[in-house]
Amino acid sequence: MPKNSTPLLDLVKVSIAFGKRSILQEVSFSVGQGEIVTLIGPNGAGKSTVMKIALGLLEPDTGSARRARDIAIGYMPQKILIEDFLPLSVRDFLKLRAGTTDQDVEEILKLVRVGHIEDSPVQSVSGGEMQRVLMARALLGNPDLIVLDEPVQGVDIRGQQELYQLIERIRDRRGCGVLMISHDLHMVMSGTDKVICLNRHVCCSGSPDLVQKDPEYHALLGLPGEGLALYTHQHNHSHDLHGNVLADEDNTDHQPEESCDHDH
Amino acid sequence: MITELFPLDEFIINALIAGSMVAMAAGPLGCFLVWRRMAYFGDTISHSALMGVGLGFAFGSQNPFFVILACAFVSMVLLGLQRGNKFSMDTLLGILAHGALSVGLIVIALQEAVRQNMMYYLIGDILSVDQSGIFGVAFMMIVALGGLVLIWKPLLAITVHEDLARVEGVDVLKTKIIYMLLIAMLVAFAMKIIGVLLITSLMIIPAAAARIVSRNPVQMALFSMLIGVASVIMGVFASSIWDIPTGPSVVLSAIVIFLLGRLLPIGART
Repeated sequence: MPKNSTPLLDLVKVSIAFGKRSILQEVSFSVGQGEIVTLIGPNGAGKSTVMKIALGLLEPDTGSARRARDIAIGYMPQKILIEDFLPLSVRDFLKLRAGTTDQDVEEILKLVRVGHIEDSPVQSVSGGEMQRVLMARALLGNPDLIVLDEPVQGVDIRGQQELYQLIERIRDRRGCGVLMISHDLHMVMSGTDKVICLNRHVCCSGSPDLVQKDPEYHALLGLPGEGLALYTHQHNHSHDLHGNVLADEDNTDHQPEESCDHDH
Repeated sequence: MITELFPLDEFIINALIAGSMVAMAAGPLGCFLVWRRMAYFGDTISHSALMGVGLGFAFGSQNPFFVILACAFVSMVLLGLQRGNKFSMDTLLGILAHGALSVGLIVIALQEAVRQNMMYYLIGDILSVDQSGIFGVAFMMIVALGGLVLIWKPLLAITVHEDLARVEGVDVLKTKIIYMLLIAMLVAFAMKIIGVLLITSLMIIPAAAARIVSRNPVQMALFSMLIGVASVIMGVFASSIWDIPTGPSVVLSAIVIFLLGRLLPIGART
């Protein structure tokens, strides 16, 4: 990957505690130009906190979060709750980013493939569509760094692939840096340059292949045995047998010999 | 009956003018209270206004400056408490509103002159507005609406998602402070007209009523002005026809419009 000497974002030994509870301990990583960095980790690992510090929304207790000078940042928050009393169309929502024209809105909505909802009230669009709208907002204004908090949450499997590919395409075209949180390493594997496995501290980091083989990753998030093949297998089962998607936990009842549960 | 009222007495005309101008400033400012789920903020500020009146009298002055100062002080305390992010906005507003109210009531109780006029500050007296009162309200309306136009875009961005707006470069703190000061000024000038107990309703009810006919935020702000003015006109006439207190009848008129709007078969509901 093309990597410049000065990173867009550089976190150095960032620690933070809320009250007496330590949330992050000496977390360091950087995001360079044209680089896609994915943060993974279990619930409560501090992923969102890292993201807030990276964005400058939160100050770390110790350590530093440096962003390159005068860069534009596009941010996609995890979820957004808009009061029903506020009449706001998707177009109006996107135009809240200063300097956005109607034409920009039209183009960006086409890019994330929800051009048809431009005039719909934001409160009425589906969860998956809203994710695309939020992503569109993050892409407006040609940002140098795009920060995405669980960008594919609530999007169907095919849509997830599509959105990850879109992120890659935009990186390729614009050469911007991308920092995102994801739950699913396998889904982002092909596109990610660097994976940071986080559990209050950086457990392991590196290329997705390396991280996937790391015992620390397995202890935290991995499946018993191999990763990808078994995971896909398990997924097929829960669909085939029941005809609808089941929560992972249910599988133990029906498929004990597969040991297909996560080892939490 | 209506013919008996024409030609209108001067005090009725003054009441209509002053009341309409208050409503025109209160509607758009109130829209943001509704959108930000901060309806109670209006009460917090108006309770603080009572504290300002008391303190003003203690210094021997009826200058609205004291009221603005008191409201601004409480607003800043709120912003300070909010930074910790530990308590919900609701609770903080409740604490501040009643804190300010209690301070105001005590300061007022210590002064004979204000104590006798207590009712006047609580529900206002729109029918006693004179020429200079109208000028004061006109000044307030121009500053409030002008100020709101200036911060409209950033304030709306913050209202939708504060962190997102901050990352995109909006000066969140400055925008919020300006907005709170505009509300403080509105309350300070509207207090003699509608009273501290009822001023919040002129911010909230026309805004809520405007929702059903509005398709975007600007429309809602404009409709809220219109509905506010209509409420003032209805309320003032109702009050002179049936000889009932004017402030409360303005508020009830607004509620009638809100309820009628709910009955409309317009598919604007989301």
